Amino acid sequence: MTDIAQLDPIEALKDKEPSQPPRSQWKDVWDQFRKHKGALFGGGFLIFITLFVILGPLIWQLDPQKLDIRNKDVRPIYTWLWDSDAKVSWARPFGTDNLGRDMLANIIKGGRTSLAVGWAAMVLALFVGTLIGVLSGYFKRLDGILMRFTDLVLSLPLLPLLLVAVTLFRQPLRAAFGPEQGMFVLIVGIIAITSWMQTARIVRGEILALKEREFILAARSIGTTPYKIITRHLLPNIMSPIMVSATLGLATAIITESALSFLGVGFPSDFPTWGKMLADSVPRMTEYPERVMLPGIAISLTVLSVNYLGDGLRDALDPRIRGR
Amino acid sequence: MLTFTIRRLILSIPTLLFISLVIFLLMELAPGDPMAQVPLTVPPEVKEKMREALGLGQPGYIRYLKWLYQFFVIEPMVFWDYLWGTAHTEGVQRVISWQTRSPVMDIVIQRMPQTLWVVGMAYIVGILIALPIGVYSAYRQYSVFDQAGTFVSMIGFSIPPFFTGPLLIVLFSVQLGWFPSIYDTTHVVTDWASFKVQFLQMIMPVMVLALQTTAQISRYMRASMLENLNQDYVRTARAKGLSEAVVVMVHVLRNSMIPVVTVIALGMPAIFGGAIITENVFKVNGIGQLLLTALFANDIPMVLTLTFIFAILIVLFNLIADILYGVLDPRIRYD
Repeated sequence: MTDIAQLDPIEALKDKEPSQPPRSQWKDVWDQFRKHKGALFGGGFLIFITLFVILGPLIWQLDPQKLDIRNKDVRPIYTWLWDSDAKVSWARPFGTDNLGRDMLANIIKGGRTSLAVGWAAMVLALFVGTLIGVLSGYFKRLDGILMRFTDLVLSLPLLPLLLVAVTLFRQPLRAAFGPEQGMFVLIVGIIAITSWMQTARIVRGEILALKEREFILAARSIGTTPYKIITRHLLPNIMSPIMVSATLGLATAIITESALSFLGVGFPSDFPTWGKMLADSVPRMTEYPERVMLPGIAISLTVLSVNYLGDGLRDALDPRIRGR
Repeated sequence: MLTFTIRRLILSIPTLLFISLVIFLLMELAPGDPMAQVPLTVPPEVKEKMREALGLGQPGYIRYLKWLYQFFVIEPMVFWDYLWGTAHTEGVQRVISWQTRSPVMDIVIQRMPQTLWVVGMAYIVGILIALPIGVYSAYRQYSVFDQAGTFVSMIGFSIPPFFTGPLLIVLFSVQLGWFPSIYDTTHVVTDWASFKVQFLQMIMPVMVLALQTTAQISRYMRASMLENLNQDYVRTARAKGLSEAVVVMVHVLRNSMIPVVTVIALGMPAIFGGAIITENVFKVNGIGQLLLTALFANDIPMVLTLTFIFAILIVLFNLIADILYGVLDPRIRYD
């Protein structure tokens, strides 16, 4: 009794002043993301490698296709550390291949292709997956048929079909778009149409849960059209699962493209990609292990960084984990 | 449960038919010509006859139905004959490979053991490594072991087999000379010495494949254990004085295995499908390598049959996973 009497009633009834300035959702996400060391490293490396392949040709201006037979089989510069007789040259820091083509320029050019295929396929797969997921989650009539279709595609043996499709449709697309663009279109398209299913399932699940919520009911009650409900209210709310599956998609797309190139059904032979460089160097890997190692490490580090980025994003975007 | 199984089995028939149609149409649309390798000196009318001999004379839908008949009726009958020594299929047309002119299923049967040995063994090894890692890293969450386990499984996800394969070959067969770089499928195990040779040549392909399985399964195991470790029944078990070993290894582990078992079942079709890349790197002439060579040789019946067998296995193991889930977890009811 006395305790309450001693309190200043006006003080108790006063609204509490906010002790900190208000925080936005993305600030919280960033704070959580920053705690994940691997994700920070992964994101940093992904930015670095993207800038490296985009700006690389401006700095390292050697033509990756130029044959320089006098300087063939130059070892990378670091070989000099343990083998002072090795053929090394500061003009060729990563060495040259058996036709004298510069490895560094090839890595840059190959990375351009690999990353471009990865990004394009990921964006396309994400678009298809989100579209199908949203349609089947929001429109009840489409749900049955679209999900049956998704299950069907999921039960197709994908890698064999991927190989079948690439070997079989190579010629007409090359004739239509030219050897490089045709292959690019084919590989991006095929990776995209074989990898949208997980995104579609996740998006459908999220939409099904969201569309029963009150704010959707409110939006519908004031006469918002389904298109506006989807773009204004639903899509912003499912950004986090979409972003997580985007990172997974990027990683799979890069690996799939390299695998296709490795099996010899990828880009034409004079068009370097990381997978292709690796495959071409395997026969002589006992003498020149670095030609396998360099593209292999490039693929692995890129995919590893993308995977770590996805891991961190998942933690950061999940409000249940955030703040712990 | 039985009605669910029967319903799913019946539902899987139209699914499989549709898948076979998709695969067939894909082949049909493709512009490959099986006569492309025939020398130009062969006159066109002979070429036409050869084409007809391959069964290419008829329109597409007849070829599709014929293939279905051969696959679903004749091939099982051939198997029946083989089992019981009867002769129902004497002189009947089977699915013939265009490369070797021998029945496709015979070649598949020849290639199956190599694939099952290497890829199947890799799967088993991968699971055996993954389960303890998953259990321990969930039990000691955020410990050094858990961080290391996470890192290793990330690496398993990220490093593709066409890089780990050559890497291991350079390291262990070229530099150290411990293991052979090529898998010799003609090798027959008769005594201890030949078993040792077999064992040595299996180590590298098995390890390359097992790394990927381990990465995947250990993640699932860890997540599933973590989910169960915070449950009330665990506290009850501890409260009534059970030892920590019993709590974790009996109560929690058994409940955590439910989703992991279904994940393991879902991965099974990949064993039969072979690992195309790893088989290619280590020159194992298994199913994956068979598919690759058939693709490059434009051997359409072989590719069609192989892809369809994979599809059957995927549908079958999806069903098995669903049934296992229902059997292991009484909370799940399908009926």
